[in-house]
Amino acid sequence: MELSKVDAIVDNYRAEPASLLAIMQDVQDVAHYLPREIVEHVAKRISVPVARIYAMATFFGSFHLEPRGKHICTVCMGTACHVRGAKRLVEQLERDLKIKSGGTTTDMMFTVEEVNCVGACALGPLVILDGEYRGGMTSGSLTKIVEKLGKDEGGK
Amino acid sequence: MGRIRNPKELHSYREGLVARRTGSKKVIAVCCGTGCNASGARKVAQAFVDEIQKQGLAKEIDIRPTGCHGFCERGTLVLMHPEETLYTRVKPEDVPEIVEKTVKKGEILEKHLYDDPVSGAKHIKEQEIPFYKHQERLILGKNGLIDPTKIDDYIALGGYEALAKALEMGPDRVLDEVKRANVRGRGGGGFPAGKKWETCRNATATKRYIICNADEGDPGAFMDRSVLEGNPHAVIEGMIIGAFTIGSDEGYVYVRHEYPLAVKHLTVALEQAREKGFLGKDILGTGFGFDVKINRGGGAFVCGESTALMASIEGKVGEPRAKHIHTVVAGLNGKPTNLNNVETWANIPLVIEKGADWYTKIGTKGSPGTKIFSLVGKVNNTGLVEVAMGMTLRQIIFDIGGGIPKGGEFKAVQTGGPSGGCLPAAKLDLAVDFDSLWEEGSMMGSGGMIVMDDKTCMVDVAKYFLNFLKFESCGKCTTCREGLRRLHELVTEIAEGRGTLDTIQLIEELAATVEAGSLCALGTTAVNPVRSTLKFFRDEYLAHVNEKRCPAGVCKALITYEITDACTGCLVCKKRCPEGVIKGDKKEKHVIDTTKCIKCGICNDVCKFDAVRVY
Repeated sequence: MELSKVDAIVDNYRAEPASLLAIMQDVQDVAHYLPREIVEHVAKRISVPVARIYAMATFFGSFHLEPRGKHICTVCMGTACHVRGAKRLVEQLERDLKIKSGGTTTDMMFTVEEVNCVGACALGPLVILDGEYRGGMTSGSLTKIVEKLGKDEGGK
Repeated sequence: MGRIRNPKELHSYREGLVARRTGSKKVIAVCCGTGCNASGARKVAQAFVDEIQKQGLAKEIDIRPTGCHGFCERGTLVLMHPEETLYTRVKPEDVPEIVEKTVKKGEILEKHLYDDPVSGAKHIKEQEIPFYKHQERLILGKNGLIDPTKIDDYIALGGYEALAKALEMGPDRVLDEVKRANVRGRGGGGFPAGKKWETCRNATATKRYIICNADEGDPGAFMDRSVLEGNPHAVIEGMIIGAFTIGSDEGYVYVRHEYPLAVKHLTVALEQAREKGFLGKDILGTGFGFDVKINRGGGAFVCGESTALMASIEGKVGEPRAKHIHTVVAGLNGKPTNLNNVETWANIPLVIEKGADWYTKIGTKGSPGTKIFSLVGKVNNTGLVEVAMGMTLRQIIFDIGGGIPKGGEFKAVQTGGPSGGCLPAAKLDLAVDFDSLWEEGSMMGSGGMIVMDDKTCMVDVAKYFLNFLKFESCGKCTTCREGLRRLHELVTEIAEGRGTLDTIQLIEELAATVEAGSLCALGTTAVNPVRSTLKFFRDEYLAHVNEKRCPAGVCKALITYEITDACTGCLVCKKRCPEGVIKGDKKEKHVIDTTKCIKCGICNDVCKFDAVRVY
């Protein structure tokens, strides 16, 4: 992400320190994570210590400090999904992709994440694949979806 | 028409809208809430638009993508007005036939009707379905009639008339009405909104803030999301009335970043309200000015707590502070701040429009009005349910929810999210309101209601919530930060068969410490899940401790998978076993090598013959 884009976001909030959270969210929406150089740049622009941005980034669950994969597979871990077996979906992804939840495959293709609840509880267990909600998941259907995505990518 | 300058213009504008809308024009409302969207609702709505266009019916029929109708289980829902025919589980490919037969000829297509899993009966109208029949949908009802991105839909139904009325009544009378209606905070605390408003109004200051708390962090709850997505103007109207009463000119909606559609609809709604002159300077010609900004949360559960939320709006880490001085006196930026949640704000226009006398006739004496619950988990009809306060758990779960799927047995219902507790079958006849749940060691919370059956382990549920809370504790108070970690370890010991009777005692002692030593509601109520399960399901804990057995077949360390004689030798589980530890040839009973089994449960999931037993 070019620093000019970061500047545009910061300017949009008039470089106000009170808008730090919103600035960080907008930056991450574009960059998919918060790289060190961008954090430092934002800190300088709005005159807050770098440490304050990291304090926010590690406090709020929605921020990422490491690069993430091309496809993001988020398993909803809300109570309704939990009682319908969400944990087993995470385990299935961990086995299929050979990574731990929160991690990214070495080819930077997949990241597996957990979210507390997305409020689509009636459809649980639910997986969000690249922003698309998929309800009533089973470990079998999940494997197939991920396999197909992997193949599509491999074919390119 | 642009800006509406006074109440009189609002009335005539609305009358104009209504006049244009009545008549022969049909409306096909397609539920496009997050739930139905996941089932492909947008494509269904588009298919209707295309088909209507193709058939040249666009002048006679309106396709209206609406917010959540509540019955997410059966999505995509299509409701046809004025007949009120409800079709469920509609796919885009069904649309041409529906238009051809039902829309044009009035034929009912049986295959799309809701069939009751309990009685087997088919129902045509929404109101005939048990799921809807027992509800009182004062807030949610409008979701099915409104395109949330069109302010005219809201105005046509009498929207912003309550605001016009409030402006005429003046702040004193509005406050009196809200106090008499005894609207209690729907976010969990149940604190009377009128009292809160009054304290905020009386605090000495030159600036006051209004906040709508839409940081719906309770896992298993999505009431606020649906109201914001489906009827954002009701919330905005409530906030404007609140601001007028309290004397505020600036408001915030703090909404979870996990709710992108709610943010989108709210943004559109705010813009349209500004255009029409319901927000901004000189609202409806009264000289009163107010505007609202949106803040997206950062994914921290603790930010649902008022002081943490305000810290977050100020651009700081969301840590709660001690409330020696309440936020209504010194909140956001040190100024008096009145915070209510989404559902509370959405109740305000109703109270003003219909009056406190009408409002207090609904619900119980101590808790008037309705409450929206998200009825989810192991229940047949999952979705959003709005009922008058005082309805029993049994009515909600069995009459509306249709009971437990697949002939399972009801075991518990969890209310109030991570701050609430689990209630057993013996409490099914409890009339639900703020006070009754609190007395039983649970709480209303924001309205999550998660039903559990005999295959849900209560030790595992306690472990689940402790795991959630230990990550979400902000870390400020030692008892919460460390105590929840240790509690999670202790419950894990029990779940893994390493627990003793002393472990249970230690859990109870530590729970008391966490409760006593934590500052905010996250810490003080965090022990409710473990405590309530210990109170009502002690036998299950004892089975884990004494017999090293998980009766529900959930806790991995204590269970074994076995293939029974019902096995037909179909090879499916053998192929799917990730460890390859299922042996057996075609048409031969399969066997699991239990020494190598990782207990992933896939064999159980894929078996069509119910031949996998967990014990």
